Amino acid sequence: MSDRVDLLLALADDELILGWRNSEWTGIAPFLEEDVAFSSIAQNEIGHARALYELAARELGTDADALAFDRPLEEYRSSPLVELRRLEWARTIVRHWLYETADAIRLEALMGSDDREIAGIAAKIDREEVYHRIHAEMWIDRLLASDDARSRVDEALEELWPYALGVLDDDLRPELVRRAEAKVGRALPEVEPVSRGQHEAELADLLVEMTMVRRSAPAGARW
Amino acid sequence: MSGASYRLQLSPEDVWRALAEIPDPEIPVISIVDLGVVKGIRVEDERVHVDFTPTFMGCPALETMRMEMEAAIRGLGAEPDVEVVLDDSWSTDRISSEGREKLRAAGFAPPAPRSAGTPTLIQLERGPFSCPWCGSTDTRLENVFGPTPCRSLRYCNACRQPFEQFKTI
Repeated sequence: MSDRVDLLLALADDELILGWRNSEWTGIAPFLEEDVAFSSIAQNEIGHARALYELAARELGTDADALAFDRPLEEYRSSPLVELRRLEWARTIVRHWLYETADAIRLEALMGSDDREIAGIAAKIDREEVYHRIHAEMWIDRLLASDDARSRVDEALEELWPYALGVLDDDLRPELVRRAEAKVGRALPEVEPVSRGQHEAELADLLVEMTMVRRSAPAGARW
Repeated sequence: MSGASYRLQLSPEDVWRALAEIPDPEIPVISIVDLGVVKGIRVEDERVHVDFTPTFMGCPALETMRMEMEAAIRGLGAEPDVEVVLDDSWSTDRISSEGREKLRAAGFAPPAPRSAGTPTLIQLERGPFSCPWCGSTDTRLENVFGPTPCRSLRYCNACRQPFEQFKTI
């Protein structure tokens, strides 16, 4: 597998799995506006995944659905941060903010790529991600503004910070540290990243659920 | 002169005119040409090639647009070849001025131009967004997200109506 395909699959898998996780709030978020927001964000992320899978599929001679749904678990390239099932609000918001911050850094780097297709798709994705970042920052600012909520953010950060570092390659991590520390107003611990290549146990359950319809239909079924 | 004329070959203008008849699947007051998703048309004998640049990448209307373009081209007696361009060529600035006015008249506030800069929370909260019903700029952001990924929800303090604001991307 080429480095290019590996990169496209890492990006696409992150967006697909996080899109799925965000969609788990549809109907049960703390209030209606957040049902709408997390559902829209999920829809965008899955749209990004589809476009990225299509670029990879062109090189591999397959299609986007096969890449999204037919691979064995160990071939997924998603980062463990997006695989975690976090149906608790402070953790969801902290994961959302950490992922969007890391993703922004990654997209900025890709927009400068010599590969024009990758640079173009990164720029197109970033137009939509601007609104995810606005939403994530609005929430993290809101939670950091009260003592009770701030302590919940701190607890979530304790758990999720090593995972957030694992979203990015070594060269981009210092920028994530800089942006995250600027937002929370304190130094974050130097920890070993939970990196891409290992998977959370929760991913297995998600894949079973995510591929249920596809596995139930005969090969080549059209919808 | 008999007065009869025979069209020997389709021109790109014929195709543009046909595609301009296709309404947006979600907001049918505006055509897909007004929306700016048709980036280019090439006619080669019986084959019509369309460069189609998607709007929001997760928009479920994209497949419908593609099928309707293919049907319109077949209706002209040609074979369609609609290629999805996955580059960064679509932004809300591609919506035509006629398209913007049609959106506004239907109660959707058209997107602000990108020249105002990358959107920020401060701008969404404090910027001069006009109510499509009464024209007042005394409006407030209710939710960054709305019924579809392309829209936000705002509320007009002057005429006390909620409205949908197209996001600028």
